[in-house]
Amino acid sequence: MKHKTIFITALVLLAIVFAGGIQIYRSQKAEETARTAAKNKEALVRVHSPTIGKANAPVHIVEFFDPACGTCAAFYPLVKQLMAAHPDDIRLTVRYAPFHPGSDEVVKALEASRKQGKYWQALESLLAAQPAWVQNHHAHADLAWPYLARVGLDTELLKSDMQSPDIARLIAQDLEDAKTLNVTQTPEYFVNGRPLPSFGSEQLRNLVEEELVATSKGKAG
Amino acid sequence: MSGGSRTLDGASTQPAQRNAGWVLVFAAWLLATISTLGALFLSEVMGVAPCSLCWYQRVFMFPLVLVLAAGLFPQDRKVVRYALPLAAAGWLIALFHLLLTRGLIPESLTPCMQGIPCSRVEMEWFGFVTIPLLSLLSFSAIGLALAGAHYKTRQ
Repeated sequence: MKHKTIFITALVLLAIVFAGGIQIYRSQKAEETARTAAKNKEALVRVHSPTIGKANAPVHIVEFFDPACGTCAAFYPLVKQLMAAHPDDIRLTVRYAPFHPGSDEVVKALEASRKQGKYWQALESLLAAQPAWVQNHHAHADLAWPYLARVGLDTELLKSDMQSPDIARLIAQDLEDAKTLNVTQTPEYFVNGRPLPSFGSEQLRNLVEEELVATSKGKAG
Repeated sequence: MSGGSRTLDGASTQPAQRNAGWVLVFAAWLLATISTLGALFLSEVMGVAPCSLCWYQRVFMFPLVLVLAAGLFPQDRKVVRYALPLAAAGWLIALFHLLLTRGLIPESLTPCMQGIPCSRVEMEWFGFVTIPLLSLLSFSAIGLALAGAHYKTRQ
């Protein structure tokens, strides 16, 4: 029937335009982010940021991270898994983008835990207990203390160390860099300066694999 | 009513008018679908968070896609009666939203005090085309097409 043909044609055309539009928009956006990251290399990595992995690892993941962000917590095991699979080849740097209200206080405590040499333990403990201290998208630092004490941190010392102006400056710098790099959501990953083509765990895994292949070829050649 | 029963799809109307009626409902469906996809593109792909007034407009726009499609197969002239109230409600909210962004209604009257302020203009094309304007135009065109379909198939 003629009407049905018109309707189905319209439906198919709309679907094609919509899907095509998504593809074009995403690839343009990713290119733009990569260009911004290339232009602002110093904004991507700062010496003050906590980093784990071998210093000469060829693949460098920079993560803009909010300890109160549920997706950040969900993605953390994946990043760890990738690093465990390639222990010599991947390095991770954590940059802060505490977008949740109250999250900056938790970041301060986290930064203070570096002084006691238990940063990564503190980070993992906080992420594992996230539902206990993040309620209705609000981070409550006062509820997070038990989970920091659990990994053997002196919480009284943390409370005084976290007031350091250096930590406040570090967070301000990270937020400014996030702005420069157009980071509006967490987690945002840059793998050797390349952003994810679109958000997703598969995309992160692929990007890391691509960079692993690209850098090992570079070494061989 | 001139008395006498009439079948669901208005069997007593002329085939040419019936066809014109179908085309008008189809045009309304097309507008609603384009608007829906556009709204989804803005929020899901471009990451523009909809304010509360936007959500109310979506509440009336999204169902039009399904309601109007249901009225096309088989052709049901009564679909206008079910779709027009949705279009009218959406139109009113779009008008309110547009006046708000143009500063013709003071901010204090807005229902959205928290979260994303509705008075903020997120996107602007050619210096005057904004999301609320597109919404108002779309609801207007849908309303006109439905009214046209109603008169074409009326006996």
